[in-house]
Amino acid sequence: MTTVTLFGLCGSVLVGLGLYGLLTHPQPLRRLIGFNLMGSGIFLIFGVIARRGGAAAVGADPVPQALVITAIVVAFAATALVVALLLRVFTPDQQSS
Amino acid sequence: MSLAYILETSLAGLVLGAAAWTILARNAFAASVGFVSYGLLLALVWVLLGAIDVALTEVAIGSGLTGLLLLSAAARLRGTESQAGAGPGKPARVLVALCCATISAALAFVVLSLPEAAPTLAPDAVAALPATGVGNPVTGVLMAFRALDTLLEKAVLVLALVGVWSLAPDGYWGERPDLRLRLADDSVLPFFARTLPPLGVLLGIHLMWTGADAPGGAFQGGTVLAAMWLIVMLAGLRDAPASNALWMRIGLISGPMVFLAVGFIGLLTAGAFLAYPVDYAKPLILLIEVPMLLTIALALGLLVAGPAGPPGSAGGTR
Repeated sequence: MTTVTLFGLCGSVLVGLGLYGLLTHPQPLRRLIGFNLMGSGIFLIFGVIARRGGAAAVGADPVPQALVITAIVVAFAATALVVALLLRVFTPDQQSS
Repeated sequence: MSLAYILETSLAGLVLGAAAWTILARNAFAASVGFVSYGLLLALVWVLLGAIDVALTEVAIGSGLTGLLLLSAAARLRGTESQAGAGPGKPARVLVALCCATISAALAFVVLSLPEAAPTLAPDAVAALPATGVGNPVTGVLMAFRALDTLLEKAVLVLALVGVWSLAPDGYWGERPDLRLRLADDSVLPFFARTLPPLGVLLGIHLMWTGADAPGGAFQGGTVLAAMWLIVMLAGLRDAPASNALWMRIGLISGPMVFLAVGFIGLLTAGAFLAYPVDYAKPLILLIEVPMLLTIALALGLLVAGPAGPPGSAGGTR
């Protein structure tokens, strides 16, 4: 099995694992971790596609790489927003005011 | 069986093991720790896939900052974990597991049946790269060919921050986020927070500067700067800024505003929004990247800091 196939399959399993955590976990924070896991699996498959498109001059196609970098930053922004929502809902001393 | 093959297979196994740990771990704190190590392992995978720029981003943001966010949230929510209930029953879990396995299998099928001649934009990107004056093709894509994505992403960062800020209760508005850790007197964190930032700030600026020709860039550099700022705030050496501080707001919008201005100048000088005149491409890209570094560092740091805390919880120690 080549490197790209191996990590492509790895990404596929990560998406399934993350989705399972997202759907079944009773704690919201654990669901958020599952969501991030699913996202990183998708990024990894995208990275495999970038690697397959690598030309002689560059190791991997730079266009998907740039999109993944943007995606990681956006995923972080979404995670930060969800964490703030969770803390607002579940922290008692903030609800009283 | 070659050594590289053994290494790659065991790395894939470790990544999947760490991922399974984050799902199966007993409490949220352990799962968050697992997520940090998962991110570090995943960065190694990105290196193997030849995407050093992505590996740096994954280490800095995917593992580092997300990890800090998850760990602090897990610590604060520890008391509520027992209230969460048991979740779906066993039959439902099995059903969900089967559906997720089907999705994984479908994706695996797609991966295995990708076309032999992979579609690629790499030759086009490399051929057009000299016109931008930038040597790193990923930076070229981010700052020139797909500059609109990067511009919109800055807008997303600022919008997410507005969302986080607006979660502060009414009475807290104008206060500072309470980020300080309750440290023991002999804690080493204040020492680190004094000695690490000078090097870290240098590294952050270096990553941005060198990103033009080598792996790195404004994202990675900005994240390092944000991390240095956060360690100072966590150690309590400086308080987080109040959400209505003018200098911070100007810093936050400087990146997107300069980007937009250069975009409109392109409309006049090069005939298209966000087009750069060839002779001035490199200086214009630098002009965009410097305020962008500031915006990224501020936005990432403030996103981790969260909404304003109760009055008097922070501040007054300057």
